[in-house]
Amino acid sequence: MRKIVLTAAIVLFVSACKREQRVFDPGAASSQTANGVALNDVHAGGAVPTANYSMFEESAYAVGEGKRLFSAFNCTGCHAQGGGGMGPALMDAEWIYGSRPEQIYSDIVQGRPNGMPSFAGKIPDYQVWELVAYVRSLSGQLPADVAPSRSDNLPVAKAEQARQKENPPDERPQKVQGAKP
Amino acid sequence: MITCVALGLRRLSLFFFVSLASAGLGVCLGGCKQQASAVTVPASAGGQIRPYQGALEPDDGQWVRATKDYANTRYSALDQINSGNVANLKVAWTFATGTTHGQEAAPIVANNTMYVAAPWPNKLFALDLTKPGAPLKWSYDPNPSRAAKGEACCDWVNRGAVFADGKIIYNTLDGYTVALDADSGKLLWRTRLADINQGETITMAPMVVHDKVYVGNSGGEYGVRGWLAALSTKDGKVLWQAFSTGPDKDVLIGSRFKPFYAGDRGTDLGVKTWPPDAWRIGGGTVWGFLAYDTSSNLIYYGTANPGPWNPQVRPGTNKWTAGVFARDADTGEAVWFYQMSPHDLFDWDGINEDILLDLPIQGNTRKVLVRADRNGYMYVIDRTSGQVLSATPFAYNTATTGVDLQSGDLKRIPEKEPKTGQEIRNICPPAPGAKDWQPSSFSPRTGLMYVPHQNLCMDEEAVEANYIAGTPYVGTTERYYAGPGGNEGELMAWDPIAGKKVWTVGDKYPIWSGTVATAGDLVFYGTLDGWFRAADARTGKTLWQFKTGSGIIGQPITYRGPDGKQYVAILSGIGGWPGAIVASNLDTRDDSAAAGWGSALHDLKSATQAGGTLYVFALP
Repeated sequence: MRKIVLTAAIVLFVSACKREQRVFDPGAASSQTANGVALNDVHAGGAVPTANYSMFEESAYAVGEGKRLFSAFNCTGCHAQGGGGMGPALMDAEWIYGSRPEQIYSDIVQGRPNGMPSFAGKIPDYQVWELVAYVRSLSGQLPADVAPSRSDNLPVAKAEQARQKENPPDERPQKVQGAKP
Repeated sequence: MITCVALGLRRLSLFFFVSLASAGLGVCLGGCKQQASAVTVPASAGGQIRPYQGALEPDDGQWVRATKDYANTRYSALDQINSGNVANLKVAWTFATGTTHGQEAAPIVANNTMYVAAPWPNKLFALDLTKPGAPLKWSYDPNPSRAAKGEACCDWVNRGAVFADGKIIYNTLDGYTVALDADSGKLLWRTRLADINQGETITMAPMVVHDKVYVGNSGGEYGVRGWLAALSTKDGKVLWQAFSTGPDKDVLIGSRFKPFYAGDRGTDLGVKTWPPDAWRIGGGTVWGFLAYDTSSNLIYYGTANPGPWNPQVRPGTNKWTAGVFARDADTGEAVWFYQMSPHDLFDWDGINEDILLDLPIQGNTRKVLVRADRNGYMYVIDRTSGQVLSATPFAYNTATTGVDLQSGDLKRIPEKEPKTGQEIRNICPPAPGAKDWQPSSFSPRTGLMYVPHQNLCMDEEAVEANYIAGTPYVGTTERYYAGPGGNEGELMAWDPIAGKKVWTVGDKYPIWSGTVATAGDLVFYGTLDGWFRAADARTGKTLWQFKTGSGIIGQPITYRGPDGKQYVAILSGIGGWPGAIVASNLDTRDDSAAAGWGSALHDLKSATQAGGTLYVFALP
């Protein structure tokens, strides 16, 4: 009998303990992609460090892979070669959910409520970043020596490399109010 | 080029000749681009105006279904507004739908109320026609899923509601069929039929026969499996569902199935004419208009393109896509099937409307259905047997040479067949076909069909197609451009007995609106840049026109108001497949935007703006 009571007490003690369990080191905020991505230009408490995507945006190979994946994952079905169709155009200056790489990353992974399906769990992380880099090349956001210079398929638009940089609203230089000339 | 094709009629052993050159080639050379509404009598014309000898349904002055009558004539016996006085036609009142995407619906008029179904978010408005300005009686908000917008191939359109038995019934983009009390707007029932997670949506206008409402799915560009369902109008219960692919039991093919052509006979062709399991994602959606023959109790409808567009990944005839079904209206059993485009190569959906007529052919009156198909041929099909009596080209054509009436096969030019990794140029007609969904009308006073359609070609390359549920399954890249003459659109008056044009009116852009024909000898239609026009049914001459606020892709109707006056109504609001360029602000620096419309409509954004307004016209 004493043994049973003791066992019960230990079980109770151990299980009750869980509700008090805490995680003291969840990792840096900047390591959490979803946490770090903002859909609003105003960030409470100022900007936070963003993911390191420069290795994709500076690599012609990665952007080329992005172009291939853009077709392979049926992105072209909705966005065509950047002009859009079932989905919005990606070659112009209008960005519904932001033009920054981490925002586009979230568009692909999370999906968007007005029609963009979520690709979470479908595309390996590095390939998402390759897609992000290619999407940005559609509107001339990448350097010309990185953006694709030709298409293997029916030429329906100017090569990404030859496109002028579109200036998304959130990247336009801001006027300083009250500044003197 | 004069190419003559011998068309052998089975059993009758009769032959007649159709000049392929007679259709399309000589139309509108030069004049159309400058004078958008210039009438041309093609050199190859030869059709005649001759009053129809058959009978049509009596006209009660209402407009209870999109197609007006079960025979799909879209003919109104009202003649207060006629070719003599239409020049005085004025706006009576307008109504904003509150949405600025493609307005493809036919307004429905019943019991002195007008019902307007709007594109997503699919609000339905009931307007009181007995009061000045037709104030809102009630509206219904189905609160559809936002995600559905990403599963719609061709803008967020809805083709209208249907009135029957005191109910107003319509479909929502996210896959529901909804029945409302027509007087109060109270929800009576709601049935979920389509699954947006699989890429299915619903855009079509349902049709009611007796106590059943017929609904089909959209999503042929998403690897869905097409179907037509019959629901009880009483409670929305699904009574049967007939798939367009798969085993016979799913297609409702049984002992009554007697297709005319040998290629359609056999067991489980909906499985065997596909690579293994490809029928499960093979398309054949049902998003066009249905017709109903009261004497035989058969419904008729077309099935859409097979998926994906890249034909190389689906060897076989791909039954039962791109064809027309005749089914028992009560049981859904298939009675016959004819495939206009076996193993479709170019997204030539077979969903275009079937107009049911009784025509004198070779000395006998035949019960036929006439369809201006996407593949560019005007089919006259015996609607009791499924036998093709004639198939005459009505548009410029580089991809086929005719229809073999012995086998029913479409005769193709092999060089135009899409191949993965190869660019094929000058395919005419292109993916949207010689005519898309935009419905024709028929006037018994002239015996002519009034067909709004395209004059387009394309360059295309097939690419790898990957199936990922809920994303597009297409596998081609293309660009469209105008065919000979430079005009992308045409309204044609067609003599279905002679199989010839009588007159045509060219337009710079594709004519994506439907037409209505009236006893006042008028044909109403709209243009992508927003003109709403009345053409003389006998000559095609524009007798009246009005510039609406946005491009027109809707279905005009006409009705008798409570005050005894005749009214004409049209929804104005650019969108749909081509008009998405404006409605969704696409970028036409990409020729392949909107699946190829970018090149054909590169300047459409400067011609019209997004909108969503109902216009109702009357004589002062």
